[in-house]
Amino acid sequence: MLLEVQALEARHGLLQAVRDVSLKVAEGETLALVGANGAGKTTLLRTIAGGHRAAAGRVLFDGTDVTRSSAHKRVRMGIALVPEGRHLFPRLTVDENLRVAGGNGRKGPWSLDAVYAAFPNLEPLRRHRAGTLSGGEQQATAIGRALMTNPRLLLVDEASLGLSPVAVDGVYRSLQTVIESGATIILVEQDLRRAMKVATRISCMLEGRIVLEGTPSELTREAVVDAYFGLREAGTSQATA
Amino acid sequence: MTWVNSIVHGIFLGGVYALLAAGLSLMFGVMRIINLAHGSLALVGAYAAYVFVEHTGLSAYAAIPPVVLGMFVVGYLLQRTMLERSLRAGVLVPLLTTFGLLVIIGNLLERIFSPDPKSLNPGVLGTTTWQITGTLSISPFEVLELGVAVLVLGVLQLYLTRTRMGRELRATSEDPDTAELVGIDSRAVYARAAAIAVGTAALAGIFFGMRSSFDPSSGPTELIYAFEAVVIGGLGSLWGTLVGGIVLGVAQTIGAQIDPQYFDLAGHLVFLVVLLVRAAIESGAIGSTRGVTA
Repeated sequence: MLLEVQALEARHGLLQAVRDVSLKVAEGETLALVGANGAGKTTLLRTIAGGHRAAAGRVLFDGTDVTRSSAHKRVRMGIALVPEGRHLFPRLTVDENLRVAGGNGRKGPWSLDAVYAAFPNLEPLRRHRAGTLSGGEQQATAIGRALMTNPRLLLVDEASLGLSPVAVDGVYRSLQTVIESGATIILVEQDLRRAMKVATRISCMLEGRIVLEGTPSELTREAVVDAYFGLREAGTSQATA
Repeated sequence: MTWVNSIVHGIFLGGVYALLAAGLSLMFGVMRIINLAHGSLALVGAYAAYVFVEHTGLSAYAAIPPVVLGMFVVGYLLQRTMLERSLRAGVLVPLLTTFGLLVIIGNLLERIFSPDPKSLNPGVLGTTTWQITGTLSISPFEVLELGVAVLVLGVLQLYLTRTRMGRELRATSEDPDTAELVGIDSRAVYARAAAIAVGTAALAGIFFGMRSSFDPSSGPTELIYAFEAVVIGGLGSLWGTLVGGIVLGVAQTIGAQIDPQYFDLAGHLVFLVVLLVRAAIESGAIGSTRGVTA
């Protein structure tokens, strides 16, 4: 197992955002995390990446316990997060945003040139400050920045949030390239249709717990939607309210 | 023509102010620490040079490399041992910590060196004068001082924009949490910034010591000059800091030209005016001053 999360708990003050979550991700898998706003998806990703402290439980990466490791050490081991809302360094250029991440991670195929080849729309913007880019361009830069660390596990939080449909298509096209290169990915996605298309496995979160898991072929859209809204006990397809 | 003389000397003086202010600005830009002990650390640099000269008999210039290097290490350790801990406790604690440091340094210096003023000898460079015109004369020491200040600021600028460590420093100053997530060890970055800040402060402190005498209570005065230069020049820009230092220096020398008592007062007045203008502009405008830009 590349990633093993055991009985993980994470809090924001008194609010328990992640409750007793366990999951496993094997090398080469693409796991989609779906769930409503506030279900704990972002906190779970941040806790795996080291941006948020775990209150209990363990995170094992390639067999090593990283629960207490700082975020930058996890980057060195091969975990990279594309944060929700992109969080680029707005006053640094696109080039600098990419280069600041490169060299901190592992050796591997991703370099400045490789990123520009995968995101050709960024090439002409190299010297532009990241803060001046459009949402789609920023998202591409954020993904490129994470790739620069040559991660073994890429965590992508809400890649399509706040983007125009055309920009989302662009982002997913490039994600597809990354997936085809054999990367292991955990993807947080609100758009169920897209999640089911790219993922090899889907986990649905509700109020901090994982309530449904399966492959896209096992799961029906309805079952996921029910779990999404917490209607699983209420029945199956009748529960449309 | 004496006015031209004051302005020119004010510009030279401004160079040292900028050198002193750069570190203060850097630490605030990167760690959000207002280092109240900045002037005191500059003063420690001057005293260290004084001790060096007393023991070796060499000139004060020879003291610059070892003292600056030593203060680099002091800055690094200061961040790692003391400021890093206090940063974890919120915004106010580092302010109190550095205030405590200011008091401790002042008292320690007084115990070790007595309250008597000391000075560093600028040597033949300080006593020679170049007669430019009838009333305008400058000393090679002043030229050297401004030259070193511009050189240090230029090197710092290149460091920030062209090197990997500089990029990491700017990224951390913009968003420390995200910096960690792209693999930057923010604590190491902070310690480097503190090393640069304290090292350059010590250099400025030595130059101040060559200009005029200093005593254990000079720290806060130097802090105020640095602070004023930063505010006049605008936070986050090294060249802005140079301009700020020069404006402050020129204001002081012009003030002193009117009446020697007005040296400090004129500087404070310019500072106050700039502050009021800035406040007026910022109250109408949005945008933040966070981050270090080159």
